[in-house]
Amino acid sequence: MKRLVSLWLNGRHREDAVSDNLLLLDYVRETAGLTGTKCGCDGGECGACTVLIDGEPRLACLTLAAACEGKRVETIEGQAAGGKLSPLQQSFHENLGTQCGYCTPGMIMASEALLRRNPRPSEADIREALSGNLCRCTGYVKIIESVKAACES
Amino acid sequence: MNEIASCASHGEGIPAPTHAAGRRQPLIDGIEKVTGRARYTTDLPATQALTGAILSSPHAHAEIVSIDVSRARALPGVRAVITGEDCDVPFGILPIARNEYPLARGKVLYWGEAVAAVAAEDEQTARAALDLIEVEYRTLPVYISAAEARAPGAVLLHANKPGNVEREVNNTFGDVDAGIAAADLVREESFHYAEVAHAQIEPDCTLAEFDPESGRLTVQSVSQVPYYVHLTISECLKMDPADVRVIKPFIGGGFGHRTETLPFEITAALLARAARGTVKLQLSRAETFTIHRARPETDIRLKIGMKKSGEITAVDAEVVQRGGASAGYGIITILYAGALLHTLYRMPAVRYRGFRVYTNTPPCGPMRGHGGVDMRHAFESLMDMMAETFGLDAFAVRRANLFVAPYQSVNELKVSTCELAACLDWVEQASGWRSRKGKLPRGRGLGVACSHFISGAAKPVHWTGEPHATVNLRLDFDGSITLLTGAADIGQGSSTLLAQIAAEVLGLELARFRVIAGDSALTPKDNGSYSSRVSLMVGNAALAAAEDLKRQLVAAAAKRLEVGVEDIECLGEAYRVIGTDRMVSYRDVVKSALEVTGPLTTRGTYTVPLDMQGGKYRGAGVGPSPAYSYAASVVEVSVDEDTGQIKVEKLWVAQDCGVAINPLAVEGQVQGSVWMGMGQALCEETEFVNGRPLRGNLLDYRVPTIVESPPIEVKIVASYEPNGPLGAKEASESSLGSIPPALAAAVAEAIGVRLPGLPLSPDRVLAALHARRREERLKSALAGAR
Ligand code: FES
Ligand code: FES
Repeated sequence: MKRLVSLWLNGRHREDAVSDNLLLLDYVRETAGLTGTKCGCDGGECGACTVLIDGEPRLACLTLAAACEGKRVETIEGQAAGGKLSPLQQSFHENLGTQCGYCTPGMIMASEALLRRNPRPSEADIREALSGNLCRCTGYVKIIESVKAACES
Repeated sequence: MNEIASCASHGEGIPAPTHAAGRRQPLIDGIEKVTGRARYTTDLPATQALTGAILSSPHAHAEIVSIDVSRARALPGVRAVITGEDCDVPFGILPIARNEYPLARGKVLYWGEAVAAVAAEDEQTARAALDLIEVEYRTLPVYISAAEARAPGAVLLHANKPGNVEREVNNTFGDVDAGIAAADLVREESFHYAEVAHAQIEPDCTLAEFDPESGRLTVQSVSQVPYYVHLTISECLKMDPADVRVIKPFIGGGFGHRTETLPFEITAALLARAARGTVKLQLSRAETFTIHRARPETDIRLKIGMKKSGEITAVDAEVVQRGGASAGYGIITILYAGALLHTLYRMPAVRYRGFRVYTNTPPCGPMRGHGGVDMRHAFESLMDMMAETFGLDAFAVRRANLFVAPYQSVNELKVSTCELAACLDWVEQASGWRSRKGKLPRGRGLGVACSHFISGAAKPVHWTGEPHATVNLRLDFDGSITLLTGAADIGQGSSTLLAQIAAEVLGLELARFRVIAGDSALTPKDNGSYSSRVSLMVGNAALAAAEDLKRQLVAAAAKRLEVGVEDIECLGEAYRVIGTDRMVSYRDVVKSALEVTGPLTTRGTYTVPLDMQGGKYRGAGVGPSPAYSYAASVVEVSVDEDTGQIKVEKLWVAQDCGVAINPLAVEGQVQGSVWMGMGQALCEETEFVNGRPLRGNLLDYRVPTIVESPPIEVKIVASYEPNGPLGAKEASESSLGSIPPALAAAVAEAIGVRLPGLPLSPDRVLAALHARRREERLKSALAGAR
């Protein structure tokens, strides 16, 4: 079954006919063509697909597109407002919070949710907020540094 | 003439050359990564692509009696169905050991091995088609451990390998028996290591486009070695390599998983040709685990002879690796386990026996620290145990065995630079070792260990007689320089490093450079990103290409300024007559240089000098390198005796990587590398039951999360490697091996027992604690009875 879903994707309104079982991950990547959101696993294991739904971090691979009716969905592509990198994007770039970059969109989105809630997080807060996001390249050290530096800027 | 007017010879207006090397340089492709614009294989636009899917074996060892694909072929929307019949060319990274097919032929050798594949108009149809393929199997005995596969009478996985032994290595260097006889203490121990996996976060994927009009094929894939993919696909599809193009998109990590052509890459190409179109073959996480190619399950028996002073007199080691179902890099891995015994400490005599065994598990391969990591744990652990007997500190015993570079090992490896002594000094001091070791509260411990690695293998996997690396620099009218390399940036930052080297030579800002890496239609062939070869080998080629370009620019400037070339100095944005204020801007030099020739392309190459290519004995090709990098680490842990849970409090790592061309990236590489070693030490392991993988996901195959990952302090120890570009050598593999033994030593201090292998998972720690308590009770009971 298909239904019409209307939502805001990175601040822009969209209306699409989606099947009931379409995952938000596939909606974002295929229907909307925004491939910044990554898939790293077979469901709920890695955090690479983290997006914001009404400001809350959510796994797009475990969320149905149809469940986002009327909601504000944000992905990595919406972060550089007006062509300017967000403080987190800038900081992940400058502090090497990204190596291969595959976990990065999910990391930045999960960090973004944290900073909106808590602009001055402690290191323990950062670790907790990113506990569902796996990175195999960095050992997380520079990810933590990147989030901290973004708070300072 | 457009010479820049200047006020004084050393005053304002005179540009200074930029120093792009040595800077903490963010990645040149970092912006793409943080904005989500970076396109990985799975992100490539492919609206017309058919969906590929693989039918995999439900048995770990079986004969294929029959395959019937007729019903699958007849399903509407199915565009191609292929089986082992469609490719009869065996492949494998080593020309001497090719025994794998993209789709099984006659037999399946591990659970999950690909048996057939389909390309269909959508995913649903592809899955439905797989269900319609009928395969009849006759099961065979399944050998999961090396011992089972080697048992007398075991069915052979490959008919030409008796006893299922792919390779037996027997090497002795120096007089081992005399060394053992001269020792004050000889001790022998056995260790067992679980198999681990790379678990790079990007699942495997290939996009193959076949153009029926031209008969050409374009493959984009997750490879660390696009050149080998190119070669293997042409061979397996019996195509002229000139009709194949291989492009490397952004790659989401590798760590060795992607250092050889993988079966699904060939399958995607076969499907595209069969369907006469474009096929996207996306593997799941579970399938990606089954592709495997990682560090094998390993058993080590190690004997060391030691003098009271801590000096090692001889080593006798035996290693058995469970290699999995096909050859891959197996021969190299089993040789590295022996070869890397040599160049960390002074080793007067070493006997090494290695067995690489075929089993009904997914093929193993190279993983960060290739071949040396498990052996390093065994060695450092036994060294610690023996030092304790003599009352020697863990630092003292290591210092007693250091050599001074330049050094030649008994197996003829040449080490030009080694700053291990300085690495040890730094971690000792930074961790507060002297004041804290042995005085920590119960449940806490400190451990130290060392490790090292090559900067690229002196002998390439495929010997072609060509240089080891080639880089092109292209300069056009706009003054921008494009660096063309086949070296695959897989997140380690190689494209950034190569641009920094070229920019340093030319005195220019990095902003003048673009890097195109890994497109066979544009970039010169490169062996790829493995064995930490890129920084040194491709770096040297980039250096040579930049020097050539600089020579041509200097010549153009000299002509323009009507002086000899020896009178010109390059200031980056200007070229000047030495000692005067006569100069010409970079832009104008470019104009002059291009006047006669048109756009310029220079070429730089690197070949490992013959005298660094190693000895003449069997297996001598594994171990030699133009340079070796060194690391020492201290690990601090606390252990919860009730749960067996280990908490790593902190890692201190000192790295000798020659000159750090990009200290930011070196830190990042070292942090990632030691962290990966920590994962192997703490919790990572695969597991099979009747050949079925039990941990084919990122929850059961546990890699450390950010919560359990400690602070990591990295010190780059100053040194200069004469064989490396601008003094550099490798920085991303050498440190890994130091962590498992240092961590194990710290745990041994914390709980008073040493575990005989890895990982130190909570269940194993608890079992060791129980055994210790039992022993203590027994001892006190015996004491009471006396
Ligand atoms: S893709 Fe791994 S958690 Fe969603
Ligand atoms: S940067 Fe590669 S997985 Fe995090």
